[in-house]
Amino acid sequence: MKNHQAFVANVLSMMLLLAASQRSAFAQKQNDSTRHSQDSIKIRVLEEVTVRSKMLLQNKSVTPVQSLKGEALQNMNSLSVADAIRYFSGVQLKDYGGIGGLKTVDTRSLGSNHTGVFYDGVQLGNAQNGQVDLGKFSLDNMEEISLYNAQRSEIFQPAKAFASAASIYLQSRTPEFGKEKYRVKTAIKTGSFGLFDPAVLWEQKISRNISSSFSGEWINANGKYKFRYTNGTYDTTAVRENADINAWRAEAGLYGMLKDSSKWRVKGYFYDASRGLPGAVVANKFSRGQRQWDRNFFLQAFYCNNVNKRFNYLFNVKYANDYMRYLDPDFVTTAGYLDNRYKQQEIYFSFANQYKIAKWWNVAMSGDFQWNKLDANLYRFAYPTRYQGLVSVATDLHFNNVVVQGGALQTMVWDKVEEYESAGNKQKLTPFLSASWKPFAKSNLRVRGFYKSIFRLPTFNDLYYTFIGNTSLRPEYTKQYDLGFTWSKAANTNPVFIQLQVDGYYNTVTDKIVAVPTTNLYRWMMLNLGKVEVHGIDASLETSWKCFQQLVVNATIKYTYQHAVDITPDADNYNQQIPYVPLNSGSAIVNMLWKTWCFNYSFIYSGERYSQKMNIPVNYVQPWYTHDLSLSKKFSCKHFNGKLLLEVNNVFNQYYDVVLNFPMPGRYWRVGAEIGIRN
Amino acid sequence: MKKILIVLLVVIGFSNCRKDPSIVGHEEVEVQPDSMLGSGFYLLNEGNMGMNKASLDFYDFRTGVYKRNIYNEINPAATKELGDVGNDIQIYGAKLYAVINMSDKVEVLQAYTAKRIGQINIPNCRYVAFANGKAYVSSYAGIVGDPNAPEGFVAEIDTASFQILRKVTVGRQPEEMAIVKNKLYVANSGGYSPPNYERTVSVVDLATFKEIKRIDVAINLHHIKKDNYGNLFVTSRGDYYDIHSNLFVIDTQTDKVTDSLNIAAENIYIQGDSAYVYSVEWSYISNKNVTSYALINVPEKQIISKNFIADSIQKQIKIPYGLAVNGTNGDIYVTDAKDYVTPGTVHCFDRAGRRRWSVTAGDIPAHFAFLP
Repeated sequence: MKNHQAFVANVLSMMLLLAASQRSAFAQKQNDSTRHSQDSIKIRVLEEVTVRSKMLLQNKSVTPVQSLKGEALQNMNSLSVADAIRYFSGVQLKDYGGIGGLKTVDTRSLGSNHTGVFYDGVQLGNAQNGQVDLGKFSLDNMEEISLYNAQRSEIFQPAKAFASAASIYLQSRTPEFGKEKYRVKTAIKTGSFGLFDPAVLWEQKISRNISSSFSGEWINANGKYKFRYTNGTYDTTAVRENADINAWRAEAGLYGMLKDSSKWRVKGYFYDASRGLPGAVVANKFSRGQRQWDRNFFLQAFYCNNVNKRFNYLFNVKYANDYMRYLDPDFVTTAGYLDNRYKQQEIYFSFANQYKIAKWWNVAMSGDFQWNKLDANLYRFAYPTRYQGLVSVATDLHFNNVVVQGGALQTMVWDKVEEYESAGNKQKLTPFLSASWKPFAKSNLRVRGFYKSIFRLPTFNDLYYTFIGNTSLRPEYTKQYDLGFTWSKAANTNPVFIQLQVDGYYNTVTDKIVAVPTTNLYRWMMLNLGKVEVHGIDASLETSWKCFQQLVVNATIKYTYQHAVDITPDADNYNQQIPYVPLNSGSAIVNMLWKTWCFNYSFIYSGERYSQKMNIPVNYVQPWYTHDLSLSKKFSCKHFNGKLLLEVNNVFNQYYDVVLNFPMPGRYWRVGAEIGIRN
Repeated sequence: MKKILIVLLVVIGFSNCRKDPSIVGHEEVEVQPDSMLGSGFYLLNEGNMGMNKASLDFYDFRTGVYKRNIYNEINPAATKELGDVGNDIQIYGAKLYAVINMSDKVEVLQAYTAKRIGQINIPNCRYVAFANGKAYVSSYAGIVGDPNAPEGFVAEIDTASFQILRKVTVGRQPEEMAIVKNKLYVANSGGYSPPNYERTVSVVDLATFKEIKRIDVAINLHHIKKDNYGNLFVTSRGDYYDIHSNLFVIDTQTDKVTDSLNIAAENIYIQGDSAYVYSVEWSYISNKNVTSYALINVPEKQIISKNFIADSIQKQIKIPYGLAVNGTNGDIYVTDAKDYVTPGTVHCFDRAGRRRWSVTAGDIPAHFAFLP
């Protein structure tokens, strides 16, 4: 607690310091002799840190948003999207460790099923268990990662985009050409865990208005790393076994623009992985033999018509086919090893419309349809199919100083099963309202707030999983209230850019779907039982500095406070912090750019947590914090450009668990090289 | 640059709060001394799967002090503590045996001090029984690496050297054992292959250590307890859908099923001529667990009463899990596992079912061993 107070005091004093050092305006006139060099640096700064887009994005948004993009994202000591998302405030990554370990994200303590993950604008679904493993998504071809609380601040979007309590948008690289005809990039990474990770990206300009891209990656690793457990008397260091992964990813896209300037996009995605599941490290059992295979495929298309000045529409369509196999050689049935296979299919169709009533007034209406089916070779399996219709209406009022967005989402669900009992039909109407206000004309300060009520549907596992599923489950509701501000300033003197974002929020989760035991440890039942209340603060401060003409320093610091307590009536843990949510957490990134060199330091802190519901000593989990360093150098000559990257992660070799008994790696390193050709 | 330094200082200031590794000590609660009862009992808390939170409690009758989580302090050198899912605990001679299911081991402790003296490695071990200086441990594990060997086994262990002497293959997923006159009876469950459950008790001749026959009882068997009359009481879990849990009696003279009591039985404890039974069944109608209790007259094999503890407390118990009866004064101990992820409670009742005391235990308090 002391540390936390000291930290808050420090942040406050730092903010004051920074505010005091503001002197000159962005467009201040310069001495002629220095203007030229100043300008070129300024351009560089703008390029490198994409200040402008940051300002635009965060000032425009009426909901809190955080994003990482371009160079900043590529310099992040991260292999997957999951690694990068840890730096956002208000986020807890549930990380089972290692390259192949499951990584899911929980935003503002609402539970991981409440965060929607969108890939190129379309949601990645998992009707079976609602989990999207962010460790699967490589940063190799990722352009931008954004996290929106409530939803993306946009009314012209699919109805599904309104259907989560928080949304992560993963934007893959879209080809953009100047004079050149093609661009090829090959990259390779290797390092600890026996990692071998080659990747290729090929972008081709087909005609004036059509371009294509192909991205492929192979990740192979034995996943071995040292971990250590000690209580002061015993002190055991061992190697994580059965954590290997062999994964392929291939993506191909076609991007086009029609004569009338409407845009279209078609994208195919294929992922195939085989991995060991190392399991929990418990006394006398440090390794296991379970394995998992995944195969994910989707094809999605997008068309956006901007022809009419008043009326625009947007089509999205998707087909997804997912296969998962789980093999447990320790579980021998009369038919051999336990060998579960799950097949999921999804068809999704969305039509979004926007009409501009006046310069300051837009209205939008979207209709989505989604079909999901799950097959599994399980005993007494229901073979469920879900039909879902979503209709959203929204309006956007924007004046000089005030923006108001509001609307409602109607969700209709029909479940059908081939065997046993179905969960039947459900209909829900959920509203949202957000607004932002710029009180001073000269200062770039925006005050904003939102209210959103939304739910998550019980997953197929919640409803139909043999022995566990309960078809009478209701949806799990969340209500969010947020009030915050963004303030930013760009200047010619240090700091050349500064942005402060602070949000306070109050959330409730009701009818939380939890597993409760029945007869024995093997028999659980899903019930709507829990109730959670969250009071939180997300704060972030981003600054850019230029020193000695050539050096650009970007420093970001984020802090999260979450008082997330169980308020289920009569619960033994009433008013106690829920498992795995630290009261305090934060991150810091310092990024230094000098000519073609880039140095990156990142730090993550997660405070003390509890592994189970009761906040008692046996459930206490130590805080953890990691320091990561990376250094990269760029080369370029004529049509070629290249980059070398060296990373050392967890520099102080701290051994820690994010999830109890799933040890995280100690110090590890990575080297990478890439070479690109454009012509 | 100054500000960056500040940032770094903040970062360093932040980094200060990891505590030195330490042992989570035991906790003591004063309950109710009763020196007439003997030494005390151990209670093994199972802990939820994967949490590695099996723990050991000790209740000292003489001082009336309930000590929670004693293992770690007494055995600080045991890597990752007691382990994952404690499934059975028994005292034989001067040794305490704790079967730690998901840690693939039987932990051997000194009965009076709980000091660790050894460990027997048996994958997926479930229960332990004793006869003639040997320990017998049932295990779900088949032949490692053979997908066509779903049958489990019983291992015979020398209680002096902790070496496995012999193994015998029995039914699939064997559970509890009872030994009557040189014959070992083990209840087979077959729980890994629903709906193809096992429905037999395997009979093993201890001299030859061969399975000599199987007694057909009912599907998905679990507990097996002997009485003083050469009979065995066997519980069947049912299939959780149409076939309900039940309690059967086997006569070891004939090795045949003689009676079925037609009551749901999740757990059973026999003390003298009384058998105490409880059951928890999920009701799809009310979406709630339905718990029931029964007291059985052992020689008559008749249900005497449908409850043996006070009504008001019965309602408080969410998931009855552990069950034991004190042989000296007839006190009944019933544990409440609650939601499995919060510490449970041990309730003590006198023989009339009136509550004497209650105390918080570890996660999923389950198995008792009385110290002589």
